[in-house]
Amino acid sequence: MSARERPLSAVPGWLWAFLAASLAAQLTLQAVPSAHRNAVENLPPAPGPLTLRLASFGETAAAARLAMIYVQSFDLRAGNDIPFRRLNYTRLLAWLRTILATDPRSQYPLFAAARVYAEIPDPVKVREVLRFIHQEFLAEPNRRWQWLAQAALIAKYRLHDLPLALRYATALQRDTTTENVPLWAKHMVVFMLEDMNELQAAKIMLGGLLVRGDIRDPAERRFLQNQLDKLEQRRQQAPAGEGQKR
Amino acid sequence: MRSIAALARSILIEARRSGLPWLALGSVALALGLAGFLSQVAITESLQLQAAVSAAFLRACAVFVLMTYVVTSTVREANDKGIELVLSLPVSRASYYLGKLCGFMLCGAALAACFALPLLIWAPPGAVALWGVSLAIETLLVAAASLFFSMALGQVLPSIAATAGLYLLARVISAVQAIAGGPLAEPTLTHRMAQWTVDALALVLPRLDAATRTDWLLYGAPSALEFGKLLAGLGIYTVLLIAAGLFDFKRRNL
Repeated sequence: MSARERPLSAVPGWLWAFLAASLAAQLTLQAVPSAHRNAVENLPPAPGPLTLRLASFGETAAAARLAMIYVQSFDLRAGNDIPFRRLNYTRLLAWLRTILATDPRSQYPLFAAARVYAEIPDPVKVREVLRFIHQEFLAEPNRRWQWLAQAALIAKYRLHDLPLALRYATALQRDTTTENVPLWAKHMVVFMLEDMNELQAAKIMLGGLLVRGDIRDPAERRFLQNQLDKLEQRRQQAPAGEGQKR
Repeated sequence: MRSIAALARSILIEARRSGLPWLALGSVALALGLAGFLSQVAITESLQLQAAVSAAFLRACAVFVLMTYVVTSTVREANDKGIELVLSLPVSRASYYLGKLCGFMLCGAALAACFALPLLIWAPPGAVALWGVSLAIETLLVAAASLFFSMALGQVLPSIAATAGLYLLARVISAVQAIAGGPLAEPTLTHRMAQWTVDALALVLPRLDAATRTDWLLYGAPSALEFGKLLAGLGIYTVLLIAAGLFDFKRRNL
């Protein structure tokens, strides 16, 4: 206690009670768990790209990435991926479109679309995501080719829709003009027709990207390695499950 | 010239004693903490996210800290009758104004240098250097605007509100213009008048949305021509604010 302060006993009793009551009210209010399910379902409508640009005061690159973290927070809670299915995908894709329009050079929205939001067991929603990736690929094929390659893999191995996978593979082959696109991606059609399992295909694709140095971000490396591990685990468990059925 | 240097030096000493360096260090620490937190939640582009958010945050801190320092220092001196005291010495009004401004501008440049350094963690040195130079010029403009408004208005709250209003409007004016000129807008007379107003407003504002861009740190520096044009634009506006400030100060009865 400094010399400039009066002792605590100088504070009247009613003020002590008032302070304690207001603190208790605040703590009680904050301690009540928020309704997680509602939060998951209630992804608000996406703002327009100009609105986001206005709100960012010109910091579009930072705003786009923070908006991605915000959108992500609606489904990546506690590492639980089941709520993905409950998200309103029309709204979600509108958000991704807005973010991509705000910073067209950011790969985050397409990464999230291909690697997170397309990883659900709902074929209708997955097709919506793939359509989004294809549309955005057409806007800038040389920069966004790897997301269409991933979309082709999803179409073949998750949706079991070979014509769709071949359509994406053909688009990739036809629309990319830069030298930067690796050979396996240029020959995606052949790659799609090869008789290999999902793990092998994913390993070829991710291995190729890692070797070429296309994936430099540590968070992305961690995430992709984790995905590969999960895929490998799933492949190992699959024969055992089939054996039990027999 | 000697009086300008002495006044500038007094501003730097005041800045040091009023805790400006600690505020700058606190801002850097907060930016690093924010970047560390965001790197944990990002699933890709984590380095870019850290660079972008830190740069945006530090830019806002530089402007806010400098603006409040200039306004509070100037208003306090005016209230203490410091202006009258200095002008009773053989110091002209222009020397007084420019001396103070030079001191504030040096503070701004020091803040810009201090805030650019941590960005070297995530971005290449060339891009960081251009970002830092642009921030330094931006702070010169903010210092000139803050001094102009605080000398003209003489009170803290209206001065900060006016400077912040000018700064924020300059940052969003191109987005407002884009919204006003959107293809979905109806071609009515009212809408056209609103569009003309926005365009007229844009004519008297600096292009701050094009300055100190985070994109430079993420996707590479702008061309020399583009950067030069940008700096020239900010420089001209700073000179305009200085001229307006001197004009106002010269004709005032003390």
